[in-house]
Amino acid sequence: MTETALPPSRLTLGPVLFNWRPEAMRDFYFRVADEMDVDTVCVGEVVCSKRSPFFAPMVPEVIARLAAAGKEVVLSSLALIMSGREIAEARDLAATDGWLVEANDVSVAAMMSGRPFAVGPLVNVYNEGTLAALEAMGAIRVCLPAELDAATIGALARTAGAEIEIQAFGRLPLAISARCYAARARNLAKDGCQYVCADDPDGMEVDTLDNDAFLAVNGTQTMSYHYLDLLAEMDGLRAAGVRRFRLWPQQVDMVAVAALYRGVLAGTLAVAEAQTRLAALCPGVDFANGYLHGREGCAMVESDA
Amino acid sequence: MRPELVCPAGTPAALKSAVDAGADCVYVGFRDETNARNFPGLNFSRKELEEGVAYAHERGAKVLVAINTFPRAGRPELWHQAVADAARLGADAAILADIGLIAHAARAHPDLRLHLSVQAAASNPEAIRFYAERFGIKRVVLPRVLTVQEIAAVNAAIRPVETEVFVFGGLCVMAEGRCALSSYATGQSPNMNGVCSPAAHVRYEETAAGITSKLGAFTINRFGRNEPAGYPTLCKGRFVAAGKASYLFEEPTSLNTLAILPELIEAGVTAFKIEGRQRGRAYVAAVVQAFRTGIDAVLAGRPVPDLDLDAITEGGRQTAGAYEKTWR
Repeated sequence: MTETALPPSRLTLGPVLFNWRPEAMRDFYFRVADEMDVDTVCVGEVVCSKRSPFFAPMVPEVIARLAAAGKEVVLSSLALIMSGREIAEARDLAATDGWLVEANDVSVAAMMSGRPFAVGPLVNVYNEGTLAALEAMGAIRVCLPAELDAATIGALARTAGAEIEIQAFGRLPLAISARCYAARARNLAKDGCQYVCADDPDGMEVDTLDNDAFLAVNGTQTMSYHYLDLLAEMDGLRAAGVRRFRLWPQQVDMVAVAALYRGVLAGTLAVAEAQTRLAALCPGVDFANGYLHGREGCAMVESDA
Repeated sequence: MRPELVCPAGTPAALKSAVDAGADCVYVGFRDETNARNFPGLNFSRKELEEGVAYAHERGAKVLVAINTFPRAGRPELWHQAVADAARLGADAAILADIGLIAHAARAHPDLRLHLSVQAAASNPEAIRFYAERFGIKRVVLPRVLTVQEIAAVNAAIRPVETEVFVFGGLCVMAEGRCALSSYATGQSPNMNGVCSPAAHVRYEETAAGITSKLGAFTINRFGRNEPAGYPTLCKGRFVAAGKASYLFEEPTSLNTLAILPELIEAGVTAFKIEGRQRGRAYVAAVVQAFRTGIDAVLAGRPVPDLDLDAITEGGRQTAGAYEKTWR
């Protein structure tokens, strides 16, 4: 299949999952607006509602800058919604006019009351039946969960009315909890957490007792230690019907990272060259792509591409 | 209202033990990947379910069938058949997690009572109302992330939908159904395969200092020569973070809510669930008897008797988990 036979692929910058300092977060999004070659940018706190008040005052400014730069803005919801305040905030988000909302919990999808919305990768979409149910509720775009393999993704993309998006770069969100492990690691309770997760802007590394890097803690979220890298797999996924790829913000030059993915999608950059440059942009990082190949998520399967 | 006691049965023998010990309901799964305890040597054939239903019904108990993994894209038949067989064989309810499967069950088997599995992680009234209003879900098993206070608020908001909460046994520290840690290390997960930290990927390595337990390529814990080597469930392992080794996610421990039974009853919970379809019949019988005694005491206005379950809890340690806010 030739490149030109496929509709153009789009790039989404996922929401910043970490607790970056508000000014750093704002400046990051300003640079995204001004310099990053992505089609869509997600903004919003996904992991912990205690963090939201700090960046919230800057959100209108950030959205305006992104929109003025021609980016589609998506507002991402919290993933684990429990308290009355979290429910009220989700309702406000669902009532938003003008911007697409990304539901990261089933409750938010329901709150959309049939208006169009996007589904984030923290909602369990494993099969056509669930996909169809969400489409009937108004889902027009679905970013699939991390642990699906290529065959499953293909089966979903074949029947999807919604645009199918796949995570392609960055630490994978693997689990969410009511308990905060950033606080627990420092002998603090969640209620008195002192926002210590801000000290881990790329996640707190979790090693085994044999000093093998394994996971990364982002407050109440547990992520992969490895960065996902699907540069070599994007072509096959496009042929299978995937229309969109998601890059998760990490503490690396994300503008340069996005340029590599765009280059490979556009056919102007060879996969091997892009992988070499990606490794140089992410010094000391181990990459993984195992889930896509039906393996354990931490595995890196070398492709022949 | 008298809360129901919902007990696990991984085998027909455990089902009989649970019913005989005073279970109001027993929950079981079929012998395949359609349920979240897809362990070797466990679970029910169709014939065993039919016989189990008959045994339970003769004694006034109900049988619930957990079909709570997420069907694979391209081949939902195994899951659809499981729901059809649960309905045909007289199950009192099916416990489902996947939206697509719930939609199918509601459409194809309108008379089958549906419960929402903990694996659906419906953690707020909006999510629960969605499943109830759209698909007729009658009861939701709450994820183990809520405090007793939050559970009371949920109950007030979702009536007449019933809630069921875990009161004893293994403890997920992550929101259930929203955890891919197991597949990250092994390729197999609760959502896709009905297993967590599967035995086929477990190794125990002898070292000079003792035993190292591994899951896939990763060391989960180390034990000295005179220590019992626990099973390497990923989130109950010891890891190094922020410069120190610790049980970062959770200690090897069991949920035990006997002490807070009065509060849970007060919170309006309809059913109390005991974890452990992988446990033997003696374990099931002991826990069921303890909770039967505890619930009946509370309902009679007596204090919860001091029932010792230390012998059967993981590592002899117990916690009230997320039901108490300090756990977070």
